[in-house]
Amino acid sequence: MSAITTPLPATPKDWKLPYRGDVGMACLIFAESAIFTIFVVAYLFYVGKSLTGPTPRQVLETPIFYTICLLSSSLTIHLAGKLLERGRRGKFLTLWLLTIVLGAVFLYGTGQEWHRLIYQHGLTISTNLFGTTYYSLVGLHAFHVTAGLIMLSIVLVFGLVGRVGPEQCARVDVLSLYWHFVDAVWVVVFTVVYVLGR
Amino acid sequence: MSSDAIAIQTAEATGRPWVETLHEWVTTVDHKRLGILYILYALFFLAVAGLEATIIRIQLMRPHNDFVSPQVFNRMFTMHGTTMIFFVIIPVMFGFANYLVPLMIGARDMAFPRLNAFSFWLTAFGGLLLYFSFVGGNGLSGAGSAPDVGWWAYAPLTSRAFSPGHSSDYWTVALLVSGFGSIGTAINIIATVVSMRCPGMTLGRMPLFAWLNLIMAGMVILAISPLTAAQVMLAVDRYLGGHFFDTQAGGSATLWMHFFWIFGHPEVYVLVVPAFAFLSEIIPVFSRKPIFGYPVMVGATACIGFLSLSVWAHHMFTIGMNSYANGFFAITTFAVGIPTGIKIFNWLGTMWGGRIQFKTPMLFCIGFLFQFLTAGLTGIMLGTAPFNWQLSGSYFVVAHFHYVIVGGIMFALFGAFYYWYPKITGRMFNETLGKLHFWLFLIGFHLTFDLMHIPGLLGMPRRIYTYEPGRGWETLNLLVTIGAFVQGIAILVFVSNLIVSYFKGAKAGNDPWDAWTLEWSVSSPPPAYNFASLPTVASRRPLWDLKHPEDPDSRYE
Repeated sequence: MSAITTPLPATPKDWKLPYRGDVGMACLIFAESAIFTIFVVAYLFYVGKSLTGPTPRQVLETPIFYTICLLSSSLTIHLAGKLLERGRRGKFLTLWLLTIVLGAVFLYGTGQEWHRLIYQHGLTISTNLFGTTYYSLVGLHAFHVTAGLIMLSIVLVFGLVGRVGPEQCARVDVLSLYWHFVDAVWVVVFTVVYVLGR
Repeated sequence: MSSDAIAIQTAEATGRPWVETLHEWVTTVDHKRLGILYILYALFFLAVAGLEATIIRIQLMRPHNDFVSPQVFNRMFTMHGTTMIFFVIIPVMFGFANYLVPLMIGARDMAFPRLNAFSFWLTAFGGLLLYFSFVGGNGLSGAGSAPDVGWWAYAPLTSRAFSPGHSSDYWTVALLVSGFGSIGTAINIIATVVSMRCPGMTLGRMPLFAWLNLIMAGMVILAISPLTAAQVMLAVDRYLGGHFFDTQAGGSATLWMHFFWIFGHPEVYVLVVPAFAFLSEIIPVFSRKPIFGYPVMVGATACIGFLSLSVWAHHMFTIGMNSYANGFFAITTFAVGIPTGIKIFNWLGTMWGGRIQFKTPMLFCIGFLFQFLTAGLTGIMLGTAPFNWQLSGSYFVVAHFHYVIVGGIMFALFGAFYYWYPKITGRMFNETLGKLHFWLFLIGFHLTFDLMHIPGLLGMPRRIYTYEPGRGWETLNLLVTIGAFVQGIAILVFVSNLIVSYFKGAKAGNDPWDAWTLEWSVSSPPPAYNFASLPTVASRRPLWDLKHPEDPDSRYE
């Protein structure tokens, strides 16, 4: 049970590895992308294959305003991160709150659209293939927006009680990476559902 | 900085209440304990799945046997396949990765210890959920039944009409839950390898074990995620009345096949790449030579990883794809043979001219080399589309993939068990029992799976619960069953060796094999913090450098 005592080589200078949070989030994004890919493939595969109506052309309306809201929230969260880095907590919190509001408005928009589809057009997840694929794909995205909003709100609460400072910058950046991903996925979902799938 | 690994004997706290010990294990976030939990969990399910295999083999021992009913037979092969893939081999590979990767790269723990514990418990509850179906599968109507749709769960077998009750839902949810656990652990392994390496441990100096597990984790992320998505779709179909795989409403049963095999084939490599990782550590140590062609090994494995993502439809030649698709998937399947061949040559190159020690771990690795090669050759036969049209769904296929999984992966796994047993327990295993295990298992394996090819060639389909006499299958099936029992006895020898050696084995010391990677620099079992001060490395074989200061590897890098 003797320990080896020969000295090991000296520590190399500037030994720096990537931040584990960034790596972990990047991997999570890869995994999520694979999940979304399967849902997008299913959506595209079933475009025009529904045996009964309603069809996308009859009932879908392009949610331009809500899309702008969601995409601009990427900008606000990015700026919020920059401000936190410089230690300007007040402005950080304002922009962070704005991000949450924009995300919530988007979610409200999705809810509106679903309400209209269900009550006006009678389209549910079990109506036809369009309903099944549409609600799953858009719903999967909305689920990710919801998860993101919950995490953003937790940071907001911690921020309001003064626990988020420049030292949490790296962690906040990990979260904003996730939020950018949610926005980027919407670009794909939007293109597939409202442009290609009509 | 001069740093060294200080071996500190953990104080043996005697007479502690067992509740306290149990509480410690349940709440642990230590990568070594989680690794052991993964391994023990997998061993438990190995016994369960082995029992199911035995039931299958007893039923098929002679024609018109009625040992179990057709319904029970269907449940047995479904549960055997699902359990072996998701609750034996994935967890045991994760267990070894968890235990060894941080030690090998000189880290004190995984990148996310709590995520690690969370992932393990997800996997654990996934397994429990799957087996709870025996009790709760029929819901309120009482009788209870396990999933019986085969491990592919092809549509429309999983639709409400053909699978009433909840047995298929248990299957779906169990795989969904354990899938999240697998993705969590994969993320953890990647983040650990990328961000937690000790000073000097550049990517080019990392042990191949860490490299190969990094590639495995990347493949888990790309392979398990599609399965997760497909399981969500299946749940939508079954619970919300969706039509993804409902052919009555225009849905496609073929789409499920594609989604399943986009997961299913890379999954094979998810299982075999860690087996490669074991070989790449064990063969050099027992050949007393550094690994031959290190960069090529990494490149070939990455190449296998990429290729494996583009071969899935070779499981689907018989569904009637067009000739371009058939050609594409046949060619990509053959192409996997190239990097795999490179790896086999590199292991042989490592052994060539070495002073080979035929210890138990090495015997299993040599068995792997022969059997995995044979399995690869039958794989190429099955990858040939016209040949596949003849033999798809026959016992030839069953023999082929068991050759990969038992003859390849399980052999490498047994090698790994024996090789790292002294490190994990601090005791040496019994070499005689180890050799007995090897020879018994080798004989049983060949008796079962060599012969199993022949009824397949004679036309015996898989998943039949019985067969007519007079087709020339009887003797072969009897011998196959006898082989299964020989393997069962070998497993008993293995387990008794693990248990007896834990109490009676000689003390192992830090480094019983005179090996070269960092896990052998700490005490056996390693202390909770792994390294008293973080090591610094300057070559691929840090312990060689320590033991041979007059001629260190670092001089040649």
